[in-house]
Amino acid sequence: MEKSELQQLKVLSARIRLDVLEMLEKRGYGHIGGSLSIVELMSVLYGKQLKYDPQNPNWEDRDMVVLSKGHAGPVWYSALAEKNFFDKGWLSTLNDGGTRLPSHPDRLKTPGVDMTTGSLGQGTSAAAGIATGFRMKGSDQYVYLIVGDGELNEGQCWEAFQYIAHYRLNHCIVIIDENKKQLDGTTMEIMNPFSIADKMKAFGFHTETVKGDDEEAINEAICRAKEVGNQAVCIVLDTVKGAGVPYFEQLAGNHSVKFNNEEILEANHEAMKTLQKVIEGGEKECLN
Amino acid sequence: MFKLAENRQEKGRELRYCVVETLQELMDSDDKVVAMEADLGGASGFTKIQQSNPDRFVQCGIAEANMIGVAAGLSVTGFKPFVHTFGPFATRRVFDQLYLSGAYAENTINIYGSDPGFAVGANGGTHTTWEDVALMREIPGAVVCDAADDVQMEWILKEFAAMDGIHYVRGNRKDVRNVYQKGSGFTIGKGNVLKEGEEILLVASGQLVSEAMDCAEQLEREGHSIEVIDMFTIKPLDTKLIKKEAENKKLIITFENHSIYGGLGSAVAEVIAEENIPVPFKRVGVNERFGQVGTPEFLQEEFGLTAEHLKKEIENYL
Repeated sequence: MEKSELQQLKVLSARIRLDVLEMLEKRGYGHIGGSLSIVELMSVLYGKQLKYDPQNPNWEDRDMVVLSKGHAGPVWYSALAEKNFFDKGWLSTLNDGGTRLPSHPDRLKTPGVDMTTGSLGQGTSAAAGIATGFRMKGSDQYVYLIVGDGELNEGQCWEAFQYIAHYRLNHCIVIIDENKKQLDGTTMEIMNPFSIADKMKAFGFHTETVKGDDEEAINEAICRAKEVGNQAVCIVLDTVKGAGVPYFEQLAGNHSVKFNNEEILEANHEAMKTLQKVIEGGEKECLN
Repeated sequence: MFKLAENRQEKGRELRYCVVETLQELMDSDDKVVAMEADLGGASGFTKIQQSNPDRFVQCGIAEANMIGVAAGLSVTGFKPFVHTFGPFATRRVFDQLYLSGAYAENTINIYGSDPGFAVGANGGTHTTWEDVALMREIPGAVVCDAADDVQMEWILKEFAAMDGIHYVRGNRKDVRNVYQKGSGFTIGKGNVLKEGEEILLVASGQLVSEAMDCAEQLEREGHSIEVIDMFTIKPLDTKLIKKEAENKKLIITFENHSIYGGLGSAVAEVIAEENIPVPFKRVGVNERFGQVGTPEFLQEEFGLTAEHLKKEIENYL
């Protein structure tokens, strides 16, 4: 990847992260941890890999995204807003009564959202069905399935994975966000996942693990996944829940937080200032 | 328009082969129709579709929840999935997938839940569903049908193929007695008055429609006048017809191969209560019991789902 292109992706990541922080502080609460852990993934998808047209979100030949870990809706909305699927002003309506941006994604409400998710595990099968449909149509479209590591507790994920692997649905790119925490604690404490990558390999997937905060590594892993012939593909993202904001990274219960005290507000404002500088600096660099 | 079969003692095509042949016919004219199985293709005959239309058959293995999710994904890409598995696995086991990935997301999924109630035979209690209609009625916008015979089953499937949404039809896999003549047509949401009558309004569905007719004819020979409705669409229910036909009756009685909770009987009871219909009411169906093994004939008798049992229930009110 060209340096300037990478710089643009890094700016996009900073913008998405800033949007998430602003949105959740404005709302007063929200799923911050699992939103922040996939910021760079969203940046690579919407900044580089996906085929889409924000003016025509239902464009027949588009690639699709299924955010099976639906509680990360805020990061998706931020990416979609940055790419002009809808007005950025919508972000401040998160979870308002009647909003088009509900906490968990809804294909009937939000432009750019192709599948309704939130009941964990269900997005995996839907993505498998979308990939089956692409194949039946003889299309080369891709569907990107984003699954949480805590979500893997759900049996339906494994039903879907065996299906995707059996049918070698390599146009369903499975991406697992291994941020190592779930609502009640670490994944090790709640339900030991052992090695997720080994499990996926055992299920028949071509699997690789990359650092989840590295746009270039994510992009290259997706490029390689697209080169794999005749085998299902999985990318395990090694991530940190609450990534990119030291305060949230270190916060024990960071699945969902309330912005209800000085400490958290101060930390959030500090993070927003830093991101603003990254964006301004990065944009200057891009112009040069 | 429908015409009644000339001989109700004769049986039609096995319903499973009716489903298979109808789907094959639909696939010839509509390249969006897809058939899906969860490793019961040998039992449903869907393996024939796998042979005739391999590109539009999806074998999902013994993983029904995934099958419903895959069906939802196929719908997202514009296909019209028709899934089969046994009734309990097509509804109870996958309820959340049908509810959210299917209905809530406004996807289209057509479901054939086979061998409801006593039709389960030797597969027994674990494979019995007396509650599929109750569950499916809970899904906003879902269409819920109980096919009386193969003529009606064929019509229902063709109608489903032309509609968006969640559509469920239950039916025996094997052959059942003819109610209708070939080529009969119906309307989703409209009950069929099979026989006019003055005293009793008998509302039945599915395989029990022919039993209801037997019962009505027997009572008629004994000097009573019984009206029979085939309420093959349990949702949306034909409330207008119930209201109209209930007038001046001595009794409204429902008859279903299902629990009396949440199915046809409950649906009719809701209309009677809300419309203030001042007529005595009785539900005949399964009351607080699980299934068990036995021949379908044994089970039908055991659970009181015969014309003779129905006749006794009605006689209490005559």
